[in-house]
Order: sequence, then structure tokens, then C-alpha cells
Amino acid sequence: MAKSNSAILSVRNLQTHFYGDGAVVKAVDGVSFDLKLGETLGIVGESGSGKSVTNLSILRLIPYPPGKIVGGEVIFDNKDLMKIPENEIRRIRGKRIAMIFQDPMTSLNPFMKIGAQLMEITQLHEGLNNSQARKKAIEMLELVGIADASRRIDDYSHQFSGGMRQRVMIAMALSCKPELLIADEPTTALDVTIQAQILELIKGLKEKIGTSVILITHDLGIVAGMTDHTGVMYAGKIVEYAPTEELFSNPHHPYTKGLLKSVPDPLIEQKKLFQIPGLPPDLSNLPKGCPFSPRCSSATTQCQEFPPIRQINAEHYSACWLEN
Amino acid sequence: MNQPVSATVVEEKQLVVGTSLWQDAWRRLKKNKLAVFGAIVLIIIVAASIFVPIFSSYSYDQINLDKSSEPPSLEHWFGTDQLGRDILVRSLIGGRISLMVGVIATAVSFVIGVTYGAISGYFGGYIDELMMRIVDVIYSLPYLFLVIVLLAFFTKSIFMLFFVLGAVSWLTMARIVRGQVLSIKNQEFIEAARAVGVETPMIIFRHVVPNTLGPVIVYTTLTIPSAMLSEAFLSFLGLGVQPPLASWGTMVNEGVEAISVYPWQLIFPGLMMAITLFSLNFLGDGLRDALDPQMRKD
Repeated sequence: MAKSNSAILSVRNLQTHFYGDGAVVKAVDGVSFDLKLGETLGIVGESGSGKSVTNLSILRLIPYPPGKIVGGEVIFDNKDLMKIPENEIRRIRGKRIAMIFQDPMTSLNPFMKIGAQLMEITQLHEGLNNSQARKKAIEMLELVGIADASRRIDDYSHQFSGGMRQRVMIAMALSCKPELLIADEPTTALDVTIQAQILELIKGLKEKIGTSVILITHDLGIVAGMTDHTGVMYAGKIVEYAPTEELFSNPHHPYTKGLLKSVPDPLIEQKKLFQIPGLPPDLSNLPKGCPFSPRCSSATTQCQEFPPIRQINAEHYSACWLEN
Repeated sequence: MNQPVSATVVEEKQLVVGTSLWQDAWRRLKKNKLAVFGAIVLIIIVAASIFVPIFSSYSYDQINLDKSSEPPSLEHWFGTDQLGRDILVRSLIGGRISLMVGVIATAVSFVIGVTYGAISGYFGGYIDELMMRIVDVIYSLPYLFLVIVLLAFFTKSIFMLFFVLGAVSWLTMARIVRGQVLSIKNQEFIEAARAVGVETPMIIFRHVVPNTLGPVIVYTTLTIPSAMLSEAFLSFLGLGVQPPLASWGTMVNEGVEAISVYPWQLIFPGLMMAITLFSLNFLGDGLRDALDPQMRKD
């Protein structure tokens, strides 16, 4: 939203659609945001709101067919990643923009030793030879807190626990000191105590290496503790974007308000947990106007028309007709 | 007091070491007596085929008409054929040829089939559609007819036989690999490999193909006997190995002519072929059970 010169990544009107069975699923439908150097941006939303697809689109990792990036720009280092040739974006993947995936149990190749997978990246991007790459891999494993790294490097992924595997994934992602790290629900598959460790690890390494981070999650608690700015996604669009503190203290969009209310407060005994009524819309058959209007308690006839994204205050944007 | 403590230490050590998929498969294979028996018999036959002809005082093409069609004796353990050649040595030379046909034809089908199937499955879409229709077309041609035409058209050399048998048996391999690749390519670790910028050929052959190897190895061990059987059949028809070189197929062919008078000319090469095929099938079955995760009971 905010045009800024220090933005490391600018996404403009990104659109990714999936084609199948005669229907078009608009998984990402006009997403724009900026990520400033050294900042952490949170993207929150329900399952299926297009969070992951947005970030896969940034690296052009959408499988085609059925998916296709149909429009928009992703400016990284003054280049539009959507337009550069395939082998150029391949050199950016893993080296300058790295990703951590949701499920560490399936993100590692079960047939390769951990070390071989770690070494692959530095050999690929930094041209290290075998012994250099191995040394680097051990170094990275130590950095993410794997004990006895020089021995564990020859283990297979099934010999690691979930939290350890996510550490390995982080080691892999950070091997080439990327400028941008995209963490796609990095803690969803882990239990709560491990979650906190992994988040602390990402936070610490982000400062150490100086990486900017995009953190995708559906957990508002993570967003609150980790991010500088937050974008709320709904039905393939960012419906609200604000500095994280502002978003929590002064939410504008009814969907954001609903999300915040849905978080149970352990201090107050609630008879019934709050939930946003209805279901997320079918992305191949979106309602006319505001996609949230059928579930929105403050919807008016005006919502039949699509609300433009508006500036609420200095850094706070929202796509809703409501006046505060 | 000391006893239980040391016991737990040992247990922990075992836990830490763990077992890889291959170690696990190997352990289960060793438990399968039939498969182990098959493997041992195979090793004996292979070793005999390689070494016995080298050290024997007879050679496979040494004709001795004075000793035509002699029954088994201490001098000639398996007897002699109509031209007085030692059947033991000829059976073992035949074993060399037959095993070579089996292994090389399977290797040819393995290389073509895995590459073709992996590319087809990984790229998907129109490429997959086109590549698989080509396979369907070749599949629909009568297999033996194709082999016979190819052998009649080109020279009847033994290398041609390797190639032809391999070239017609890669189809099933390609289908098996494609099916495996289709399910593996959508797994997260492939996406993760793409996300770190690994080139497509590297992804296919380093990340995808090794994960398909379980079923592929099983199919491979079952292709070897089928290639050997095809070779025997073609040789029986006179299209395979040409005399004086022997294969089990040609020897059985010659033996059939004399079955009522000199049965050993048929029985010994036939028996060796049967034992080898049995052993290969036992080993193949054992490997399938060992590598198939669905069979994991223990």
C-alpha cells in the first residue's frame, strides 16, 4: 500500500487463478503490499484465503497447470519477478528469497541425508565444493541449535523430531543469507512449546542475518509477538493492512474485528466461543461486491458494490465502506 | 542395580542409531527364507557360469563325434550332445548368455523406462498425455511380433537381442515410474527443492526418482526372468542366439528333438533354467514384501 523507497519487496495487484472443471478459482485476486527492509510482515487469514498462494506466487512456484499468475507485479531489487526469465528467478530462489514450509514432516526428502540436502543449496548458489559445503551445513545446524551437528548431519529426516526438522528447514533456508525469508505457517504443525522455540529462533536469526521476513499464519498470537505490520487476507484480497499494534488496538474491517474476537481469552470463562457466522466464500463463485458482506453483521446495501481500499490513518488501510 | 541401568543405555543407543529404509528392508528380506534361498542359488549359478567354463578341460564348441550323445558319466557329468560337446559346460555358457540377456535387457528397459516415466509424470499436462499415448500405441502392438520383425530386420546378433528385448519391456516400467512420480511430485519436499532453486533435471533425478525406487526394484527383479524367458523362446524359434554359441533356449530346442532317446540333453539345461527362474521369482517376491510399506507388520 504505502509507497516507500526502502521497500525490499513491493507486490502490486497480484492475481493468481486456478483453472479446473470449467471454473476459475481466484485464489489471489489483486493483492498489494510493501515490505520494508528488515521488517517482519504478518499475513493472517483463514484457510483458503490465499495466504500461501500469494507467497508461492512471489517466487513463481505455482504449479501450472492448473494455476497461473494472471496479473500484477512483484518488484524485488528493481526487477519484476513476474517478468524475468526462469533461470534468473531460479537463482533468486533459495539464495535471495528463501522459504520455510508449513509441515516439516514432509518438507525434507526422506531418501536424502539431512546433510546432502543442506549442502545442495550452498553448492548450487555459492559454488562451494563438497568439504566447504559440509562445513557450512554443520555450521548452520549448530546455528539453529541442533546438538552434535557433525554427527547428525549424516542422519535421515525420519531420525529427527518435528521441531528438529523445522530447525533443519530454517538452517536450509538461511544457508545463503537470504534478503527475504518467507515463512509459511512455520509452526502450525508443531506443538506449543516447540512453536515458541521456533519463533524465537526465527526472530533471533532474522536480526543476526538481517533478513526481512514475511510470516504467514492463521494464529493471531504469533502475529502480535513477531511482526511490525500485518495484512489480513480474505477471499484472495488483503482487506486490512496496518502496523500490528494499531491493528490489534484499533481494527477497522469487520472481518478483522471478528478474527480478534474469535481468539479465546483464557482469563475470562466463556460459555460459548465467538465465531464469525457462515463459511468463507467459494472462490470460484464470489458474491457480488464485498466478499465478506454475507457474513458481516454491519453489511448495508452499499456493500453490493466492491469497497475500495481506503486510508484510515497514516499507515492504516482497510477495504470497507464503514466509517470507523 | 547395575543391570537395568546398562540395559536402558543399550536401548537408548539403538534408538539413536535408528534404521534407514534400506536397512529395514534388508532385515525383512533376511527373514524371508525362500528369498534368501533364491539369492544363494542365484549366486551359485552365476559363479558357476562365470568360473566353471574357464577352468573346465572342455570348451562349449569342442566337437568330438566319437562321444556323440553319451549319457551322464564321471567324465561328462551332464552327458554330451549329438556333436559330443560337454552339456555341463554348454549349460553354463548358456547360463552366461541367458543371465546376460536378462540383466542387460532389464538394464536397458530400466534406463529407458525410468527416464521416460519420470519425465512424463513430472511435467504432466500435454507432455504426459502425448508421451503416455505413445506408450499405449506401442503397447497395443503384439509384443512378439514386434521382436520378431526387429530381429528379422536387423542382424541376429546377441547385442540386438539385448536391445530388442529391453526396448519392448520398458513400457510397463515407464507406467510404474510415471504413477509413482505423479504422487511424489506434489509432496512438499519437491516444492521445497524448487523453492531453493534446484534445477528441474536435478529435481527429477535426485529428488523424485530415488523415491520411486521401491516398486521399480521389485519390477526390475521380475523383468529379469521374463526377459530370460523371452530369450529362451526366441532362441527356441531360432531367432535368438546362433550356434555354436549356446543359450538355455537353444539347448532346450536341440534337446527336444532327442527327448525320447537322449533325455539328458533336454533335462539338464531345462532344469538349470527352471531353477534360475524360480530363484529370481522368489527373490523378487521377497524384495517386494521387504520394500512394500503396506506389508510392514513387524
